[in-house]
Amino acid sequence: MSKRKIVLLFVLIAFILPIPAEALEVPPRPEGRVTDRTGTLNRQEIAALENKLEAFERETTNQIAVLIIPSLEEDSLEDFSIRLAEKWKIGQRGKNNGIILLIVKQERKLRIEVGYGLEGALPDALAGSIIRDEIAPRFKEGQFYGGIDAGLKAIMAATKGEYRPTKRNPQRSQGLPLWVPLLIMLVFGFFMVMSARGRKRYYHSGGSGGWTTGGGYWGGGGGSFGDSGGGFSGGGGDFGGGGASGDW
Amino acid sequence: MNKAVIILIPLVILGVLIIGAFGIYNGLVSAQEEAKTAWAQVENQYQRRADLIPNLVETVKGFAAQEKTVLEEVTRLRSQWGEARQSGDIGKSFQAAQGLDSALSRLMLVVERYPELKSNQNFMKLQDQLEGTENRVSVERRRYNEAVLSYNRKIRTFPGALLAGIFGFERLPLFEAEAGAKKAPQVKF
Repeated sequence: MSKRKIVLLFVLIAFILPIPAEALEVPPRPEGRVTDRTGTLNRQEIAALENKLEAFERETTNQIAVLIIPSLEEDSLEDFSIRLAEKWKIGQRGKNNGIILLIVKQERKLRIEVGYGLEGALPDALAGSIIRDEIAPRFKEGQFYGGIDAGLKAIMAATKGEYRPTKRNPQRSQGLPLWVPLLIMLVFGFFMVMSARGRKRYYHSGGSGGWTTGGGYWGGGGGSFGDSGGGFSGGGGDFGGGGASGDW
Repeated sequence: MNKAVIILIPLVILGVLIIGAFGIYNGLVSAQEEAKTAWAQVENQYQRRADLIPNLVETVKGFAAQEKTVLEEVTRLRSQWGEARQSGDIGKSFQAAQGLDSALSRLMLVVERYPELKSNQNFMKLQDQLEGTENRVSVERRRYNEAVLSYNRKIRTFPGALLAGIFGFERLPLFEAEAGAKKAPQVKF
C-alpha cells in the first residue's frame, strides 16, 4: 500500500467513525439516591443524605436524587440536566414528583431540576432562591455537605405534601373517521352476500372481525411504586425543564 | 374452480389490505396528534413567558425608567406574539416568539447596567422565572421537533406515504432556535 492510500484509508475511517458527540454522556440510573462522582462527600455523609431522602420518600412518595459530577465538558448545564432527568425518570409515574439536584464542581454550577408534578410546590423562583440563599453561600466556603444538606432540607420543606396532577395528557384519542366502521361493515356484508350466493358456507358468517379501536399506547399504566427494602425504584416521572440554575 | 371462489379471493385480499391500511392510517393520525400536542406544549410555555412580561417591565421601569425604547419594544412584541398565536399559524407564531426572544435578551443586557435592579429581590425572582420558562420552551421545542421528525418520516416512507397522499397528511415544520436565542439570558449575581 502506498503512503497515499494509507492516508486515504485513514480519511475514510475518520468519516465512517461516529463523530464524538459534543453532548456529555448521562450516567445510568444509580442504585442510590446520592451519587458522587467526584469524591467530595465521604461515606457517612452520603449515607446520612440517603437516609433523609428515603424517609422523605416514604412519607410523601416524592423522589429526590443528587448527582455530583466533576465537569460538564463543554456541554450546557440545562441540556445535560434535562437529559439526565429524562433518563433517570426520578419520581412516580403519573405523579411526576421527582427532583434532581445536579452539582458540577469544576464549572461551579448547579441546578435543581423539578418534575412536572412539583412545579407548583417548588416554582422556579423558589428553586432559585434555595440555590442562592441556602446552597451557594455554603459551597463558597467549601462546605459541600452542608450546602447539599441545607438545600435538600429546603426542597423537602417546600414540596411536602403537595403534588399536582400531570400537565401532560398521555392518553390520546385516536380519531377514526366515520367511514372506517362503515367500510368494514360493507366489506363483511360483501363477504356474507357472496358466500350466500355461492350456496356454500365458507366461514361462519359472524362478522365481528378481530379489530378493536386501539386505546392509547401507554394507557393509564399502573405506577410502579417502589419502596422495596430501601431500594431506589419507582421511576417514570416526567420533567419539562422546570427548576432553576445557579453558580457559586 | 367454482365461480364464487374466484370472486372471493380478490375480495379477501382487498379486505386484508384495507384492514392493514387502518393500522397505518391510525399510526399516521396518532403521530400527527403527538406532534400537535407537543406544539401546544411549546405554546403553553410561550404563554407562560408572555404572562411574566408585564410584571418584568414594571419592575425594570422602577429602576431604569430611561430605558424606554427596549421596554416598549418588549411590550409591543409581546402583543404581536399574542396576535400571531391567535391566527393559529404555527410558523407565524414561532417567528413572533423568536422576535420576542431577542427583545428580551436585549432587555437583559440593558439590565446589566443597573446593579440595584439586579440585586432587587423581586427582580431576581422574575429572572428565575424567566430563565425557567426559556428552559421549558427549549425542552418542549426539542420534543416537538422529535415528534415532527417521526411524523414526517412516517408520511414520507413507504406504507405511510401512500395513505398520506390520499388523505392529505402534510409535513409539519421543524423549528430550530436561532443561534444565541437558545440560551436564556443569564445574569450573574
